[in-house]
Amino acid sequence: MNHAQAAARFIDDRARAAWHDQVVWNVRVKRDKAAHSVPEWELLRELASQIKLHTMSRLAEYLEQFEREATRRGATVHWARHAAEHNEIVHSLLQARGVRHLVKSKSMLTEECHLNPFLERHGIEVIDTDLGERIVQLAGEPPSHIVVPAIHCKREDIAELFHKHFGTDADNCEPYYLAEAARQHLRDKFKRAEAGLTGVNFGIAQTGGLVVCTNEGNADLGVSLPKLHIASMGIEKLVPRAQDLGVFLRLLARSATGQPITTYTSHFHGPRPGGELHIVLVDNGRSDILGSDDFRRSLNCIRCGACMNTCPVYRRSGGHSYDSSVPGPIGSILAPARDAKKYYSLPSACSLCGSCTDVCPVKIDLHHQLLTWRRELAERGLVPLSKRLAMKGMSVVFRHPWLYRVAGTLARTIVPRLPRFLVYNRFNAWGRQRELPMFPRESFRDQFRRRHDDQ
Amino acid sequence: MTSRDEVLKSIRARRVPAMALPALQHDWVRYADAFAQFKSVVEAAGARCDRVATPRDIAPLLATFGEFQAATRTVSQVAGVAGTVALDDVDDPHDLETIDWAIMPGEFGVAENGAIWVTDERVKQRAIYFIVQHLALVLPANQIVHTMHAAYERIQPGKSSLGLFIAGPSKTADIEQLLVIGAHGPRSLTVIAVGPTV
Amino acid sequence: MSTVGLFIPCYVDQLYPRVGMATVELLEQCGYRVEFPPEQTCCGQPMANMGCTEETRPLAERFLSIFAPFDYVVAPSGSCVAMVRHHYDKYLAGRPGFEQLKTKTFELCEFLVDVTKLDKLERSFPYRVGLHQSCHGLRELRLAGASELISAPFGKAEQLLRLVKGLELVTLTRADECCGFGGTFAVAEEAVSTMMGLDRIHDHETAGAEVLTANDMSCLMHLQGLIRRQHRPLKVMHVAEILAGYDA
Repeated sequence: MNHAQAAARFIDDRARAAWHDQVVWNVRVKRDKAAHSVPEWELLRELASQIKLHTMSRLAEYLEQFEREATRRGATVHWARHAAEHNEIVHSLLQARGVRHLVKSKSMLTEECHLNPFLERHGIEVIDTDLGERIVQLAGEPPSHIVVPAIHCKREDIAELFHKHFGTDADNCEPYYLAEAARQHLRDKFKRAEAGLTGVNFGIAQTGGLVVCTNEGNADLGVSLPKLHIASMGIEKLVPRAQDLGVFLRLLARSATGQPITTYTSHFHGPRPGGELHIVLVDNGRSDILGSDDFRRSLNCIRCGACMNTCPVYRRSGGHSYDSSVPGPIGSILAPARDAKKYYSLPSACSLCGSCTDVCPVKIDLHHQLLTWRRELAERGLVPLSKRLAMKGMSVVFRHPWLYRVAGTLARTIVPRLPRFLVYNRFNAWGRQRELPMFPRESFRDQFRRRHDDQ
Repeated sequence: MTSRDEVLKSIRARRVPAMALPALQHDWVRYADAFAQFKSVVEAAGARCDRVATPRDIAPLLATFGEFQAATRTVSQVAGVAGTVALDDVDDPHDLETIDWAIMPGEFGVAENGAIWVTDERVKQRAIYFIVQHLALVLPANQIVHTMHAAYERIQPGKSSLGLFIAGPSKTADIEQLLVIGAHGPRSLTVIAVGPTV
Repeated sequence: MSTVGLFIPCYVDQLYPRVGMATVELLEQCGYRVEFPPEQTCCGQPMANMGCTEETRPLAERFLSIFAPFDYVVAPSGSCVAMVRHHYDKYLAGRPGFEQLKTKTFELCEFLVDVTKLDKLERSFPYRVGLHQSCHGLRELRLAGASELISAPFGKAEQLLRLVKGLELVTLTRADECCGFGGTFAVAEEAVSTMMGLDRIHDHETAGAEVLTANDMSCLMHLQGLIRRQHRPLKVMHVAEILAGYDA
């Protein structure tokens, strides 16, 4: 199913689609309020973008520095060329220590690598500890948003889910009741875990440190109880110096949820006393994107989700309609790079409104990259034949003014005379919910020429 | 060739335009009253914020809280407040699961976002910050910086294996975007600022 | 007297001649000599938005040669002007006259505010008006302050509409959400497109608008199609028509 089909299905339940649109829009409103409270907001965006682009221009050096510093502090740094290698590294670390129970905090990278099913196939229980992620994990669904993974779920859905898995009262949808049930359930998992895996929001090259931002405290709890901490990090997550974090941390939570900062912003340097820290650096196509002048800026992404919250298409189609670990505008740029054939429809799931570009804290030119992807896909022959023929037809008409005038006159003469059923039928997608424009007798150019002649 | 070599080789093979690292010197926002700003943001995040004149006033303040009165197992690393469990005696962080309250020192606060910087220096079990039911952080009231830029000028990153900003009680909005205070970490945060604000 | 080469989007030419005429009258009243070079057809945006660069190239070249002789090129369309100023580089970079073309091509409202410096209009339009911010004009040409950006608010169309006596601008819940037209998007993602449009209409109606206006007829074509199918009373007019003194 392509995006358009999945979106139409989502909108079939009109009330639910409207509810989803409003709930996600509210996060955009909170973001606006938070951004307005920072007078230097636009300057921060510009600095953040420059810091990231600078880092990309010296990425190899910074990665080597990061590895040196992290190792000096007692961490072990691993390198994975691609998703499969990342999964194997994580698995062998767990297997060597006899780990059967892993707790995991939010990491879009591990979603991208499909880590959970891989580990589960090898007999390791993986518990996603972020509440939203746990909800979708229990429901057997992928997350629909990178910051609020269960935003598509209504409280009644969650109540039913928890009733099924925890034996809670199916009729009690009160958020505090449900969250308390999840707290108790996950506490057991934290206590039983033999290892904790986190993502990385930022890696500091200068010090070899990792920064992890959460509201729930699940990442920290997950790595402060068991002895083994594994951190999965995309190579684009580096910043050069600790002071650069001042810029990013002022932008991240405000862009993501409208909070001035997440509850916990943890800086890990080496393992805790008596523990182990293993960092897995992952490429998985990022170095390819690095080489592209058109798409390099997409590596600036700090996974805040603001583009999703502002996107009028995402809000009305839901994250699942993208069928990608990261949905929305940034997802529609990253996914085709991974699999153009599967994700050809995503760059067109966009009205090119540009709101995403203006909201992006690291100034990724999102809507321009989406347009560039359309050109890329057209060059690779991945535009459907019907569209290509329509475009060729239009191009011919527009290159010949006489043909254009004739076509226009014909349309304006014939269409108003056609019976309704010939105009509005299943071949006319425009006409499903819209009237066609009124076709006037004269075109503008006819009127202008007449007026000019009269004068 | 190792994977490391391959990844670095793949990166070095790309032509990436040079871009200078920008200077971060700027007239960043300053608040007329840093402590007042800090307090208002802390409270907006769902935490309590009280100021006392001296460290001797901390214990009496805590005694006025119902949840603290009901607490049976407490950890304190703040002078003047006695805990029932000594953190230095705890070898297994799992044993901290039954701790009701922890009273820990914070180094400084950040006015723009109500965050408090804490580390695991002299903290044998870092889990204490996350596993307890209720957390209190005590910091000097005149150690409030205005922005995160100023915060990073103070922090020596890497000095301890864990340093973190704590900016409220644990929370989640994963259920229909409705805020629930008390997710997996502490259900409440009490900030106690000690002494004069300047 | 400066000469304005009028650039009329293809669908405005064929389907909304009133908008073109309003533009002509408005520019003439401001003291310009207006010419309409008849060889023009389309700026190529639909093809470019589908990624079909080879189909777009000849249209870009035609545009350059047709409009080279004029002092100014003005269009009642933000998206077409954005195409010329921001997206023609890949086809015309380095060509003689291209840099000048970019600096002299304007959307109608920005032309009247920035070049003509229009500050008075003897017009009356005693209606409550909802101003829809067409996305290309807003975010490519920066005709108004986008709600995402933290900067002082402004708006060129708004500034001109406020010159009209009796005109009352309503306040929307979502100041600049996209209408859902998006070119071929309107048809390829029909379900999302129409839901977006209906939501816009609802916002305007709830805000009390009697007339819905914008700088881009493409947005209005889409919204009007929805309004008429739903038999809603909301009227639709291009900004040029209101400023030229046409009645609702």
